[in-house]
Amino acid sequence: MKIAIVDYGAGNTGSVSRALSFIGAKTELVTDASGLENADAVVLPGVGSFSCARKLEPIRKGLLKAMEEKPFLGICLGLQLLFESSGEAKGRGLGIYQGEVERLKCKKVPHMGWNTVIMQEESRLLEGVESQPFYFCHSYAVKECPDAVAYCNEESERFVAAVEMGNLFAVQFHPEKSGPAGLEVLRNFVGVVRK
Amino acid sequence: MVLKRIIPCLDVKEGRVVKGKSFQGLEYAGEPVKLATKYYEQGADELVFLDITATNERRGTEVMLAAAVAEQVFVPFTVGGGIASFEDASAVLDAGADKVALNSAAVLRPELIGEIAQSYGSQAVVAAIDAKRNENRGREVWINAGTNNTGKDAVAWAMDAVDAGAGEILLTSIDKDGTNSGYDLELTRAVSVAVGVPVIASGGAGGAKDMADAFAIGKADAALLAGMLHYGKTTIQKLKGELVGLGIPVRVA
Repeated sequence: MKIAIVDYGAGNTGSVSRALSFIGAKTELVTDASGLENADAVVLPGVGSFSCARKLEPIRKGLLKAMEEKPFLGICLGLQLLFESSGEAKGRGLGIYQGEVERLKCKKVPHMGWNTVIMQEESRLLEGVESQPFYFCHSYAVKECPDAVAYCNEESERFVAAVEMGNLFAVQFHPEKSGPAGLEVLRNFVGVVRK
Repeated sequence: MVLKRIIPCLDVKEGRVVKGKSFQGLEYAGEPVKLATKYYEQGADELVFLDITATNERRGTEVMLAAAVAEQVFVPFTVGGGIASFEDASAVLDAGADKVALNSAAVLRPELIGEIAQSYGSQAVVAAIDAKRNENRGREVWINAGTNNTGKDAVAWAMDAVDAGAGEILLTSIDKDGTNSGYDLELTRAVSVAVGVPVIASGGAGGAKDMADAFAIGKADAALLAGMLHYGKTTIQKLKGELVGLGIPVRVA
């Protein structure tokens, strides 16, 4: 079992791969479509700006194909990139979902720190840690998604915290930085891959 | 609601953790990676390492430290202390640190904040401000580990640092540091209400009540603490339990 971590120059591939290794998963940094073909699952991490979307262009087709065939986990920017566009920067998202990523309006941006999520649906990814806080660090977010399973409330704003549809998973928080609860989310994902 | 963060700070000198009073009289307090792992397991929300080694080998030890901590600790951590250039910052960030804290170098050349933020994002750049009271002119920014007064107003500099791209302010009161007599609440509040990014209160933590005051009165988003943990006076679990009792929302593992 091998998990491909897409390395498109948007940070934190190291944190994600260390956390996955810590829980016993084998990972590989991947920069092209052939790397995705050889993997059993794909993680799209991301810290940084939506402008990184352009760096995904070379791997876009391969990524969309892989997402149809194998488990996928998007993290932070990796969730936002499932949408069409963002107010943060020009660039085309993967367009799995319609809509634009918007800037948060809360008093302190980035929304940085630990926050709880509100479950909307049952989730295989968050199973067992639904009531735990997770570490968020972002200035942009998605307000609505038909496949949202969890939301986060901050001040008067509500945004998508987790998306799940079949083998497609994405979280706005950072499981690789969310302590034991975050590692549990990654274990749940690895569990899906192993099945 | 975003929870208040409790952040142990490890002052590292030549690879060891030390703790002093008002930046002087350092004592040995433990081995950094071991202590970091212990605090992570106790439920620290984040960790800060400040390297106060004053030699050229510093960057090397910071990189090794970041790499070792990143293998064991799965909460965000910051490395600071003598980060003077983009190369210093990128070395520790690439090694696994989530954020760098910039102090003197950012005061001397504020553009450094933006250069790092451009590549790594604002969330990766913490402006560390050491402030000291002056009876005539309020609170001034001191640099070079509290030895040089810049004459800059701490609140004004915090705002400038955020404008330059800092995603967070680590605000240390030199007067309070190591005294266990509580944070400088007035200073913390002044900075916290002036900037639109999270503020970490630092210097003076003596117990849970001090931290609760930093959150409730000082409007801080996070509280840094060192001495009271390193010498085993308390644990993070215990502190968090007390904070919950004082009505402060924190992450309880």
